Amino acid sequence: MLSFILRRIIYTVPIMLGVSLVCFALVHISPGDPLVSILPPDASVELQEQMMAIYGFDRSYPEQFLRWLGLALQGDLGNSIATGRPVVTEVFNAVGNTLILAVTATIIGFTLGGLFGFVAGYFRDSWIDKLATAISVVGVSVPHYWLGMVMVIIFSVELRWLPATGAGPGGSSQWVWDWEHMQYLILPAITMSVIPMGIVARTVRALVADILQQEFVSGLRAKGLLDRGVLAHVIKNAAPTALAVMGLQLGYLLGGSILIETVFSWPGTGFLLGQAIFQRDLPLLQGTILVLAMFFVILNLLVDVGQTALDPRLQRG
Amino acid sequence: MAVTTESVAHLATIEKSQGYWRSVWTRFLRDKVAVCAGLVAAGLVLMAIFAPWIAPADPLDGSMIKRLSPIGTEGYPLGADELGRDMLSRLIYGARLSLFMGVVPVLIAFIIGSAIGIAAGYLGGWVNTVTMRVLDVLYAFPSVLLAIAISGALGAGILNGLLSLTVVFIPPIARVAESVTTSVRKLEYIEAALASGASSIRIVRDHVLGNVLGPIFVYATSLISVSMILAAGLSFLGLGVSPPNAEWGLMLNTLRNAIYVQPWLAALPGVMIFLTSISFNMLSDGLRSAMDVKQ
Repeated sequence: MLSFILRRIIYTVPIMLGVSLVCFALVHISPGDPLVSILPPDASVELQEQMMAIYGFDRSYPEQFLRWLGLALQGDLGNSIATGRPVVTEVFNAVGNTLILAVTATIIGFTLGGLFGFVAGYFRDSWIDKLATAISVVGVSVPHYWLGMVMVIIFSVELRWLPATGAGPGGSSQWVWDWEHMQYLILPAITMSVIPMGIVARTVRALVADILQQEFVSGLRAKGLLDRGVLAHVIKNAAPTALAVMGLQLGYLLGGSILIETVFSWPGTGFLLGQAIFQRDLPLLQGTILVLAMFFVILNLLVDVGQTALDPRLQRG
Repeated sequence: MAVTTESVAHLATIEKSQGYWRSVWTRFLRDKVAVCAGLVAAGLVLMAIFAPWIAPADPLDGSMIKRLSPIGTEGYPLGADELGRDMLSRLIYGARLSLFMGVVPVLIAFIIGSAIGIAAGYLGGWVNTVTMRVLDVLYAFPSVLLAIAISGALGAGILNGLLSLTVVFIPPIARVAESVTTSVRKLEYIEAALASGASSIRIVRDHVLGNVLGPIFVYATSLISVSMILAAGLSFLGLGVSPPNAEWGLMLNTLRNAIYVQPWLAALPGVMIFLTSISFNMLSDGLRSAMDVKQ
């Protein structure tokens, strides 16, 4: 097991390097001189050269990359052009809010999706299966940002039950788990939960149907085990894969929350990205994407290790 | 996105007889849901092509006094947008850019991704390892994030949007192509062709392509639905298509401010995105099960 974990971590290092290379390249694929976004248009040539040297833009790309990587490893991702504050501070203020939203959405989506998928797989080809399948198809096909707008229209504009945007009093900095704040979380979290719900439902349905067809289930039934006992075995067998899917979905939501956060003005990393794009704040864009992508890579690693711990059969090679 | 590598790889090993495509077609026609989805998708494509003949008004022609007219206004069956342009006409014309932005990246990624994947799968060895590790890096980004990162850096514009979506879809298609090709390469008739002295190019052209393109294509069609949502999402964020063009994601973006004035009017473009995405999704599902002889 230990050697598996070690091997998996070693495998992750080049991926992380590649990911940071892509993030580094982002600033350089953007049209125009990278300095244009930092300096005012009427800056003197001297100032331009000075800034070139400070930012290291006068050196070769490999040199620039190593320099940038070295600073990033020390927790320095540069300063936001729009606010002048360090990118790291901005991103980590926002990550907490995104985590609150994404984790809540994953829990809702996984519970509902798992339930639908389980029932559908257990009573295969019944009307309940057809309904669950239809729900999961809708779940993966609906543009979630539009679903968010529809939720706002129904529950905020028409019914006036819940607030439409923001994260409650205190804004981005002070989240408390009380009703005053939580009512702001309900709509975005439910909207976001639809994404993993469809995928989890599909996966769990296939898993359960597959497990029920295996010989050991008929063996258990022949032994005289009741349905409830069989159920426990099915859950035990489906859990590792289902949990892995949940972990990956959490990663997708962390990285993919930008559209939903924009609809609800939720002060997380996605909202930050939206601002960075709108203001063409490239250091902020680069830093936020680097942090989110690293989260995703590490989460993938944890999911792999966790899944193998739960199901040692996966430990191969 | 439900197509797993294994199920696609399985497709590649299906024996093909003369009536293969006919039997696929027969099975497809028996699937009522898939046929309906196919008809809706075809209808949307026709709507895009014949937009100038179908649309009752000019999609760019606004009227200040008609701004945000509700659904059912005389002369404006689906109301008017924030600049007084006819919603119905804009929704019809919107199909052009929206479908273009959704389908073209998958098509280009299908060509490039297949080429990369088939080459890596056929050549094997270190070429395969290096190619797949490089793709793993792009795979390490959630697709939404990668698309937004690239178009965010490049800036708004149709071409930049197409480019970033294409980059997003190349790795998954190449992965499927690689695994299908690897499984086909192990089959005995390839060994036989090699033994008979056929060149690599000839083997790939005559024996590999015919067996792997089908499964890769089915997988690619399942990505169209995701691509539609992502492409419209980019425009929704102010990337991708820019005003005053009619595109559903962009329309959703500009109408968002009107959500308190004409809420249901503002939601209309999303209905079109949803309809397109779900019909392509179900069409792809139907295609997949029709091509899978196992069922």
